[in-house]
Amino acid sequence: MKDFISIKFKVWRQFSNESKGSYEEFSLEKVSVKISLLEALDQLNEELITKNIRPITFDHDCREGICGSCGFLINGQPHGPKRGTTTCQIYMRNFKDNALIMLEPWRTKSFPIIQDLSVDRNALDKLIISGGYLSTETGNAPDANLIPISPKKAFSSFETATCIGCGACVAGCKNASSSLFVAAKLAHLGQLPQGINGKKERSIKMRKQMNIEGFGQCSNNLECEAVCPKEISADWISWMNKI
Amino acid sequence: MNNLINPNLPTGELEGGWQKTVKNLSNLNTEKKNKFEIIIVGCGLSGSSAAATLAEEGFKIKLLTYHDSPRRAHSVSAQGGINAARSSPDEENKVVIDQLFKDTVLGGDFRAREVSCQRLSELSSSIIDQCVSQGVPFAREYNGTLATRRFGGAVVSRTFYARGQTGQQLLYGAYQSLSRQVNLGNIKLFTKRDVLDLVIVNDVARGVIARNLINGNLETYKAHCVVLATGGYSNVYYLSTNSLKSNATAIWRAHKRGANFANPSFTQIHPTCIPPGDIYQSKLTLMSESLRNDGRIWLPKKINSKDDPENIPEDERDYFLERQYPKYGNLVPRDVASRRSKELFEKGFGIGFGGKGVYLDLKDSIKKDGLKVIKAKYGNLLEMYERIVGEDPTKVPMKIYPAPHYTMGGLWVDYNLMSNLDGLFVLGEANYSVHGANRLGANALLQCLCDGYFISPKTITSWLANNKGIDNRKIDEACKEALNYVDKKIKSLLKIKGDKPVDYFHRALGEIMISKCGISRNRNDLKSALEEVEILSKNFNSNLKIPQTNSGLNVELEKALRLEDFIELSILMIKDAIEREESCGAHFREEYQTKEGEAKRNDDLFSHIAVWKFNADNNSHIRFSENLNFKKISLNTRNYK
Repeated sequence: MKDFISIKFKVWRQFSNESKGSYEEFSLEKVSVKISLLEALDQLNEELITKNIRPITFDHDCREGICGSCGFLINGQPHGPKRGTTTCQIYMRNFKDNALIMLEPWRTKSFPIIQDLSVDRNALDKLIISGGYLSTETGNAPDANLIPISPKKAFSSFETATCIGCGACVAGCKNASSSLFVAAKLAHLGQLPQGINGKKERSIKMRKQMNIEGFGQCSNNLECEAVCPKEISADWISWMNKI
Repeated sequence: MNNLINPNLPTGELEGGWQKTVKNLSNLNTEKKNKFEIIIVGCGLSGSSAAATLAEEGFKIKLLTYHDSPRRAHSVSAQGGINAARSSPDEENKVVIDQLFKDTVLGGDFRAREVSCQRLSELSSSIIDQCVSQGVPFAREYNGTLATRRFGGAVVSRTFYARGQTGQQLLYGAYQSLSRQVNLGNIKLFTKRDVLDLVIVNDVARGVIARNLINGNLETYKAHCVVLATGGYSNVYYLSTNSLKSNATAIWRAHKRGANFANPSFTQIHPTCIPPGDIYQSKLTLMSESLRNDGRIWLPKKINSKDDPENIPEDERDYFLERQYPKYGNLVPRDVASRRSKELFEKGFGIGFGGKGVYLDLKDSIKKDGLKVIKAKYGNLLEMYERIVGEDPTKVPMKIYPAPHYTMGGLWVDYNLMSNLDGLFVLGEANYSVHGANRLGANALLQCLCDGYFISPKTITSWLANNKGIDNRKIDEACKEALNYVDKKIKSLLKIKGDKPVDYFHRALGEIMISKCGISRNRNDLKSALEEVEILSKNFNSNLKIPQTNSGLNVELEKALRLEDFIELSILMIKDAIEREESCGAHFREEYQTKEGEAKRNDDLFSHIAVWKFNADNNSHIRFSENLNFKKISLNTRNYK
């Protein structure tokens, strides 16, 4: 394999949610195969800045797959071609020399475009704010070992709690449904003894908020599960529907 | 001790000192609390937990963050776990509390306050209760009780964890509690805001100036007091394990408005990170230190070796940690491992891009325990390594590299977590409190939650109960002054018509800092670093190029504002490292070492916290000190030989 490759980017450029967008193409030479896709975009942006072209706006922060900031469509797929991987963990060695990489933002009306590849995912926060929590107050907690929890149950809860709120499930769904996001939170809390009370109430509140935010209905296409970088199972949606 | 700083420490017995302090703090009834507004900057573990708790109590909170959601704060990246002194039925509570206390003080190499470390240890157990009641899915034993593991060289098992994602789960717990308060109308969230200045009225912190990152507008926020919970500043080094946007701007601006900075040069450098592969690499990903349990660290005996490591025969490998530390081998503390590696790569024995890496080889463990066992133990770590580096670590020795990970230094705070500026509280990694000269593994999350859930809600309430109220006429003047200051600062950055993007300068700053004010330091290098950073600063101010974006959204401007403050902070870090003429914890001065190459503390001259005050009149710094006294534990020296 070559150490350095050339890449053609086809990027969705949109100044703001109100303006019209279009694709723009950029060539980038001497891209080390050892860097990540976001680092290749950094490299491209440095070039654009020196050429007086507005750099490409995209979200990112931790660059190790845990903060949930990054995310766009890479060749049509949320977070790109690798299963269980966030955008920031896609490395250039996964692309061939002279490859064309198409980058587009999450497209759904619940996530208005901020600029280029960056979208506003505030709607996901609003789902949590509507009821995605347990109602204990600081200082009133009982001894943590008072109620035993089996390792299996704890782990099952943990697996749903790993959702990073990136929004890929919504972006991957043809109905723009946030069912997997909501189901994951309900399953995280509802499987634990401290969260069994109030399970129903949480579900009603969060599902009501899904409609308010304009998310679509689930029609069991399972695309959400396929694109989830944390590989959260869509079975939890059926679990949610039985609450 | 200097009269200018009073740490307000409790007197008498160390044990229970905090409970005694709480009894003497003032309280307020809920109705009165409703009338007070508090600004909290930062939404990581300490900011979110403080916001949730203060809101529950009835205060009105304005929470500002540059993230789009509080769930993204850098605490989310913490992997290992959280320490807590919880006794099992056959143990005495006091014994486990004393153990964590002692390890924290020793880990910090006697450069933190004993009373604060005692409080941390005493409160630790209730943190776990609090988190479990929020639904944090900690790992469990087969009998259903909470599981623990040994961590960071500790002899006892007291680290609670949720796989390798403990920080994520703790942060979500706090985030959910704060979301509940948003729902109840007690917290107002202001996301995508960069706090760029502090507003001070009659010597009291009463507000902040923030830049709206979407439309570029400068906004004024007023409140009865201000809490900074803005994290650490390892990104001074450009490449670090921190998230890319982690920055020092809020604390640095507070410093320039009068808040003292404590021990700025104390930086923890983590030895096991994934190395860079190219100049465009933007961060160094941390790999759990647990790998050192099964990986043997080595370098080729041949200088500048370019051979494939799997083809280098045994007798041409130098297992330098095992050679130098027969007893601890590859498990010596972080700073020792990093330093020994540095000595070798400076002589040209290092490997990988830039020649600063070492090999960590799992071969012998795989031979001994089998591939299956090693894979089961480190599964996701090995996958992560392969994804980033593109090599299978079970076949080719891993390359590891030291990376700045945590800054113990921060704004000076008293026992109540208040800075020397009245009404300015500082929590979490942003303050200087319990970690001394080196942080004990799994104590970072603990400190954040102690600060946010238990300490600051009590001390802030008490401060507000005795607060005189805002001078309405003066606050408007102060806001206007601060707003103008920030506006000017932005305009002068945009005016520079150079040709180099921000990262060009940031990379250069990182290079100076890591090589001369990093793993080990000496006077000559530090002096030349000072000159180099000053040249860099001039260069930045004449050659920077920020693009015109025709809107308020300007990511390069955000970066430039952060870097400008990092450059100034670097200069103070270097000065602090020069002045501390001893080696302690993570601060290793080559001139002060034992014959065996170990750190040599100088307790006669440096058993103190260095406190730096900014003097705006002549744009200079003055160094004070706060003496540290040890009553419960006697000053001694560690020995890993």
